[in-house]
Amino acid sequence: MWKYVARRALASIPVLLLASVLIFLLVREFGADPARQRCQASRDPQCIVRVRAQLELDRPVPVQYLDEMKSFVTGDWGNSLRSDRSVSELIRDAMAETVPLAFWAVVVSLVLAVLVGVTSARHPGSVRDHSFTVLAFAGIAMPTFWLGLLVIQAFTYELQKRLGLSEPIFYSIPNPVSSGMVDSFRELALPVFVLSVQLVAGWSRYQRAALADELHGDHIRTARAKGLSERRVVWKHGMRSSSTSLVTVVAIDAGALIGGVVVTERVFSRPGMGTLLLAALRDGDTAVLIPWMLVAGVAVILANLFADVLYAVLDPRVRLVSGSPS
Amino acid sequence: MSSVGEPGGPVRRSGVGELATTGTNALFDSGVRTADELARHSGEGPPQSFGRRFARHPLAVAGAVVLLVLTLAAVFAPVLAPSDPTPLLTNAVLADARQGPSWEHPIGTDKLGRDQLSRVLYGLRVSLTVGVGVALLSVVAGVAIGAWAGWRGGWVDSALMRFTDLFLVIPALVVLLVVANNPDPSFFGLFDLPPATKVPGMVLLLAALGWMPMARIVRGEFLSLRERDYVEASRAAGASSWRIVFTHLLPNTIGPIVVFATLAIGIAILNESVLSFLGAGVQYPAVSLGQMIADAEDTVGTDLAYLIFYPGLVLFTLVLAVNLVGDGLRDAIDPHSRG
Repeated sequence: MWKYVARRALASIPVLLLASVLIFLLVREFGADPARQRCQASRDPQCIVRVRAQLELDRPVPVQYLDEMKSFVTGDWGNSLRSDRSVSELIRDAMAETVPLAFWAVVVSLVLAVLVGVTSARHPGSVRDHSFTVLAFAGIAMPTFWLGLLVIQAFTYELQKRLGLSEPIFYSIPNPVSSGMVDSFRELALPVFVLSVQLVAGWSRYQRAALADELHGDHIRTARAKGLSERRVVWKHGMRSSSTSLVTVVAIDAGALIGGVVVTERVFSRPGMGTLLLAALRDGDTAVLIPWMLVAGVAVILANLFADVLYAVLDPRVRLVSGSPS
Repeated sequence: MSSVGEPGGPVRRSGVGELATTGTNALFDSGVRTADELARHSGEGPPQSFGRRFARHPLAVAGAVVLLVLTLAAVFAPVLAPSDPTPLLTNAVLADARQGPSWEHPIGTDKLGRDQLSRVLYGLRVSLTVGVGVALLSVVAGVAIGAWAGWRGGWVDSALMRFTDLFLVIPALVVLLVVANNPDPSFFGLFDLPPATKVPGMVLLLAALGWMPMARIVRGEFLSLRERDYVEASRAAGASSWRIVFTHLLPNTIGPIVVFATLAIGIAILNESVLSFLGAGVQYPAVSLGQMIADAEDTVGTDLAYLIFYPGLVLFTLVLAVNLVGDGLRDAIDPHSRG
């Protein structure tokens, strides 16, 4: 088992290296020129040249890349070009906002997706199954930012107005003086819901299809023939193998989750990673942008690694397969 | 009943320890059967016409009707729109700011006095143009790369697929934002690229990040199709690679390609709207539904919030209709993919 984990971890190192090259090229070659962004208001014709020299953008790109990677690996991430605050501090503070949001969204989505998927798979063609299908289509077609704005309108403004309350039940923006569980709930409920909708829609379909496939299998027939209760057949025997499929999909969606976080934080004005990214893009702050993207890349690769390991735990045959995928 | 996502595709079969590809959306490569499975099932059951199989799905038919109506509305926007979507901001226009629904302005006016209905119609035009343009471009690029990898196999296949996987490590929206944020993009300084603030630039950008699932699908189909007897026979008869690919392999891959193209339209439309909402999308004078919602964002929490409602509703309905049609097409092309 540990050999398998080590092998998978080693295999993700080249991916990470290539991704870092790609990120660097993307920001430097395809992103906006930070010197030009910072000289927009300046009338000095020498401004761009000066800023380029100051940001050391005039050196060869491979040298810049190696420098950037060296400081990233050693943890010396420098200061933001805009605020002079340390980048590692900025990212750490932003993470503290983003992690609870992403964590609860994944937990809520997983629980709902499994419940919906199992219900649909056990009663295919039923009214419930049809309704869940329609809901899933709606969830996947839903623009997250629009849903967020609608939810804010409905659950803060309209609800407060209808019930004649002095303050809204849920917060649409983080409460600066919030404290305790109740306030955290009031603050996180709406963003977590908005972030979960698309995930539940996609994942529940996978869960349904995987379990429906599984329930036709011989081992399920055997389990039923042994006289096990239907609940035990579905949750113990059906779920074990169908969950491997869901685990893979969840890991693959890590990138989409990051995209969803950016939009959700923007709509709910949460000062997390998404807001940090948008500010760095607006200000041409590549000192924040590149470490931000490297952190995101590492997070996605770790999610995939975690899924691989979980996959091997759930389905021991995987460990016997050779490490290199076809 | 029709299904959104089935783990029939590469995820489950080959996803072991691999960055398998559903991309950012559960719709892709779901339920798109491998050529083997298609072959196994073909000839089973009574033959039914494609149209009849599609018509069996009430949701898909409803989607097709809605899509047709929206497409007509977009095409005839110049005729249908009650007024200019981007008028000169004269005092007379500005005086009309944020009016409620009336005969003259059926869904009101925005904060600059511009007619909302006209703007929604023109925004719909941009959405559909971007969706169809991106789908066409990503199909061409994806088929070319996937076909090359699947037909050649070996190191070409490995290299191209590793390259494809790499794109999935960086979240798509982040890449889109970084590039769309650049007002004068170029290809490594060699030649200029159109900026994403205009429709052609937006199409190019979204297609540049939209071809990967298509490449994976076509590659998978080709890998299995090229081992077939009739391909072997064709080769023995002296047919060139090009001839085999174009007369035997591509026609047999048309189903998954059409399904992908439909779903890609919906995803491109959503991505365009998100970028526009975040301020990195098409700019004035082009009208985008995402941009309209961003413009009216400050009305949320007031009674004027209907300004965000209609652009979003049209966006949602359009994507929903496209996805329903895509799902109906999948089932009509391959009736056995139904869950």
